[in-house]
Amino acid sequence: MATLRDEAFPIRSSDDIVKVRQITRELALMQTFSLVDQTKIVTAASELARNALEHGGGGEVRFEALQEGSRRGIRLTFVDQGPGIPDLEQALKDGFTTGGGMGLGLSGSKRLVNEFEIHSEVGKGTRVTIARWK
Amino acid sequence: MERIPILKMGKVLLVTVQVDMHDRLAMTLQDDLTARIVKDHAHGVLIDISSLEVVDSFIGRMIGNIANMARVLDADTVVVGMRPAVAITLVELGLSLPGVRTALNVDKGVEMLKGSMEQRASANGHATR
Repeated sequence: MATLRDEAFPIRSSDDIVKVRQITRELALMQTFSLVDQTKIVTAASELARNALEHGGGGEVRFEALQEGSRRGIRLTFVDQGPGIPDLEQALKDGFTTGGGMGLGLSGSKRLVNEFEIHSEVGKGTRVTIARWK
Repeated sequence: MERIPILKMGKVLLVTVQVDMHDRLAMTLQDDLTARIVKDHAHGVLIDISSLEVVDSFIGRMIGNIANMARVLDADTVVVGMRPAVAITLVELGLSLPGVRTALNVDKGVEMLKGSMEQRASANGHATR
């Protein structure tokens, strides 16, 4: 698998969520995603960036533009050093929320991508990796 | 501070969201709009989101909140101009904006609001106030 682009960006404020959306859009355009696919990956990125900010107390996102044979894709990895998620199964259910939101962040963004992976350790933080392929 | 402008057209308030909204801006709009509904005695709110390339769960919730708050303040809300890709993504995300009326464009939205305001006028004509 070839990596066409690889960069990281901090998530510290709600302005950074907007920037994460913009960078994700740029990458999706670079990978010639369709408009619907662009919208899905940008929306998923927005949800996960907000999670990292609100539940993780801020963090970082790594953007990768990938190519595997003729397939082009984007992989995003969100990392925070927050309190972690004690019950992942529960956190992935629609409507489960500890914040003021609707509890669609994790479960919803999972539906918008092709690959979804989450690792969380209580007291250490959470890492969510998503990928969408063209 | 950055704000989204709110225009008054008769009894209707028109909001055109033209920037990629950060969360604080969305919250400010919620506050500004509810204040204006009361101040301007508005009976309708039209929110044009045709420039929005992304509506995530936060912005979606803000739109739902505005519609609910407006209803409690005796005003109807219609959201117009949602892009097809945004609609597809919203539903897949699990957000179907219950309780929010939508129309394809501003013209249709204005018609919708006029209709409900006429109904309101005829209902009030028979009611003792």
